[in-house]
Amino acid sequence: MLSRILKRIAISIPVLVGVVLAIFIMLRIVPGDPVTTMLGEHVNPAVIEKISREMGLDQPLHIQFIKYVANALQGDFGTSYRLNRNVTQIILDAFPNTVKLSLLAAAVAWLIGIVAGIVAAIQQNKLLDRLFMGGALMGVSMPVFMTALVLQYVFAFKLKWFPVSGFDSWQAMVLPAIALGWNSAGSIARMTRSNLVEVMQNDFIRTARAKGLRENGVIVGHALKNAMLPVVTMMALQLSSMLSGAVLTESVFGVPGIGRLAVNGIETRDMPLLQGTVVFTTILIILGNLIADLLYNVLDPRIREGA
Amino acid sequence: MGETMILDIKNLQSHFFTAKGEVPAVDGVSIQVPQGKIIGIVGESGCGKSMTAMSVMGLLRYPGRVVGGSIALAGRDITHLTPKELSLVRGNEISMIFQEPMTSLNPVYPVGKQVREAILLHQKLSKTEAKERVIDIFRAVGIPEPEKRYYSYPHQLSGGLRQRVMIGMAMVCHPKVMIADEPTTALDVTIEAQILQLMKKLCKEQGTSIILITHNMGVVAEVCDYVYVMYAGKVMEQAETFALFDHPSHPYTQGLLKSIPKLDEKAERLYTIEGVVPNLLHLPKGCSFCTRCDQAQERCFVQKPCLYEAADGHGVRCFQYESGGQLDE
Repeated sequence: MLSRILKRIAISIPVLVGVVLAIFIMLRIVPGDPVTTMLGEHVNPAVIEKISREMGLDQPLHIQFIKYVANALQGDFGTSYRLNRNVTQIILDAFPNTVKLSLLAAAVAWLIGIVAGIVAAIQQNKLLDRLFMGGALMGVSMPVFMTALVLQYVFAFKLKWFPVSGFDSWQAMVLPAIALGWNSAGSIARMTRSNLVEVMQNDFIRTARAKGLRENGVIVGHALKNAMLPVVTMMALQLSSMLSGAVLTESVFGVPGIGRLAVNGIETRDMPLLQGTVVFTTILIILGNLIADLLYNVLDPRIREGA
Repeated sequence: MGETMILDIKNLQSHFFTAKGEVPAVDGVSIQVPQGKIIGIVGESGCGKSMTAMSVMGLLRYPGRVVGGSIALAGRDITHLTPKELSLVRGNEISMIFQEPMTSLNPVYPVGKQVREAILLHQKLSKTEAKERVIDIFRAVGIPEPEKRYYSYPHQLSGGLRQRVMIGMAMVCHPKVMIADEPTTALDVTIEAQILQLMKKLCKEQGTSIILITHNMGVVAEVCDYVYVMYAGKVMEQAETFALFDHPSHPYTQGLLKSIPKLDEKAERLYTIEGVVPNLLHLPKGCSFCTRCDQAQERCFVQKPCLYEAADGHGVRCFQYESGGQLDE
C-alpha cells in the first residue's frame, strides 16, 4: 500500500513540472506586458525598463524559469505585482474561505445527492424519481454562473433572504454553497441512481433476498457499497476541483477565495499571483486524484488484491 | 405416497406480464416434497423449472407474479406472505442456492460475514457465536482452513469453494427445504460429483429435503429419489427415479433419455428431439409437446391432456395413459 502511494506521488512530479512550465510560458506569450499594465500607457520607457530589470523580467526565459522553480521549492512563489505581498501568504489567506465554501457545498451536495439517488433508484420511474432526477438534470445542465446569478437575483436581490455578496456570515455562505453544490449533487444523484439500479440486477442481490433480508436491508447492506464505489471516486475529484477554486461562484458572490485570486491575477497580469494559484490548485487536484485512487483501494477488495 | 409432505405445491401458476402478452411460465405445477428426500425437476432451458423455484421462494420480480395455486411449507400456506413474514421464512425454513457461484456472492464482503449474516438474521446468537457456527458449517461443507477462509473475499475462492460457501449459507439455519437451482452446471465434472455427494450427505444428516433443479439426467439418476419432468411450464411426467429411468412413459421423457449419448452404441448422428420449445405466448391448442412429438395423434393437437396415473406413483401427461385415471384437475 505504502509503495503504491509513493509510486503515485512520484508519477505526479512530472505532471506538476509540466503544468508549471506550461503556465509560465503561456503567461509570457499572451499580449500585455505586466509592467505597462501596472503603470499605465503613457509612461517613460526608461522607467518601464528600470522596473522590468528590478523584477527580473529582462532576463532570458529559461533563467527566469529556473529561478522561479528554485524559489518555489522553498515555498516562495514570489511577490504579487499588484498587491505587493508574498504570494504564498496571499494564497494561504484566501484558502480558508475556499475551504469553507467547498466543504459546505460538498456536504450539502453529497448528502442530498446520495439520498436523492437512493430514493430515486428505489422509486424507479415513479413520481419522486422523476422529481429528483429532474432537479439533478437541471443542476448538471445549468452553467454554474447562471445558477449563481439566478439564485442571487431571486433570493438576495428580490426576496432579500440572504446578502447579495460577501463571505463574512453564515447567511452569506448559503447561496454560494447552493450554487456550487447543486451541480455536484446532480451528478452524484444521477450516478448513485444508475449504479444502484444496475447493482440491483446482480445475482448476489437475489442471494441476499433468499437469505431472508428485507428489501431495505438488501439495498443498504448489499447494493449500496457496490453502487457507491465509482461515486466515492467522483466525490473525491469533485472536492478537489471545488477546493482549487470555484472561479465562477466566487466571482459572482464576491467570495475572497482562490478562484477570485486567479481571476484577479488574470485581469491585472499579476504573473506571480496567477502562477502561484495555478501551481497550488494543480497540487490540490493531484492530491484529490490520489485520494480517490486510495479510497477505491480501501473499498474494493478486488482492486486491493491487484495492488 | 403416504409420507408427510414438508413442501406441498398445488396447481401453482406464475405468469409474466410482458408488453407482448401474459406468459404462463409456470402453468399449474403440483409438486410434493417428502421430508428428507431429494426431488429432481428436469427439463430444457425455459421450461419453467427455475420459475417454479423462484415462485416458491417468493423471489419472482416484476413483471412476474404468482397468479394461482398454493404453496404449503410444513402445513403452512406461504403463497401470500407479507414481506416481513416472508423474510422470516426465507433463508431459515427454506433456502436456495443458485447456478452461478461466481456472481451469487457479494464481491465486497468476506464470505464468512455473508454466511454469518444469514445466522444473525434468523437466530439469537452473538456475533462471536455466529462466527463459530460459520466456521463449523464451513468445515462441514469441506472448505479447507475454515478460519482463514472466513475472511476470504469471493474473488479469492474457486468456483467449487464458492458453491460450498453457498451451500453452507443455505444449510446453516437447518432449513426444512433447500432448493438447488442447477448448483453444479457451472462447475467441473469432478467438482460436480463432490458437490452432489455433499448435498446428499447434508440432506441425510439434517433431514433437509432438497429440490434439485437440473437439465442433466445423469445428475438426476445419481441423487434424486423422485423426479418431475417439466415442459413449457407443465409437469409432463412424475415418478420415482428408478421407475422413470426404467419405464420412461411420456414421449418427451423418452426423447430426453434417448438424447443421452451411449458409449456402447454406434450412431451416425446423436439423437435429438426435433423442433424447439414452443413460444409460451403461442402455445399449441392441445398438448404443448404435440408439435415435436413423434407419437402425436389428432386429438393431441386439439385437446389438452391431464396428468394420468400410468402406474402407482407414476404420473404421465399423455393421452396414451388415459385409462389410468386423472391425477390433477
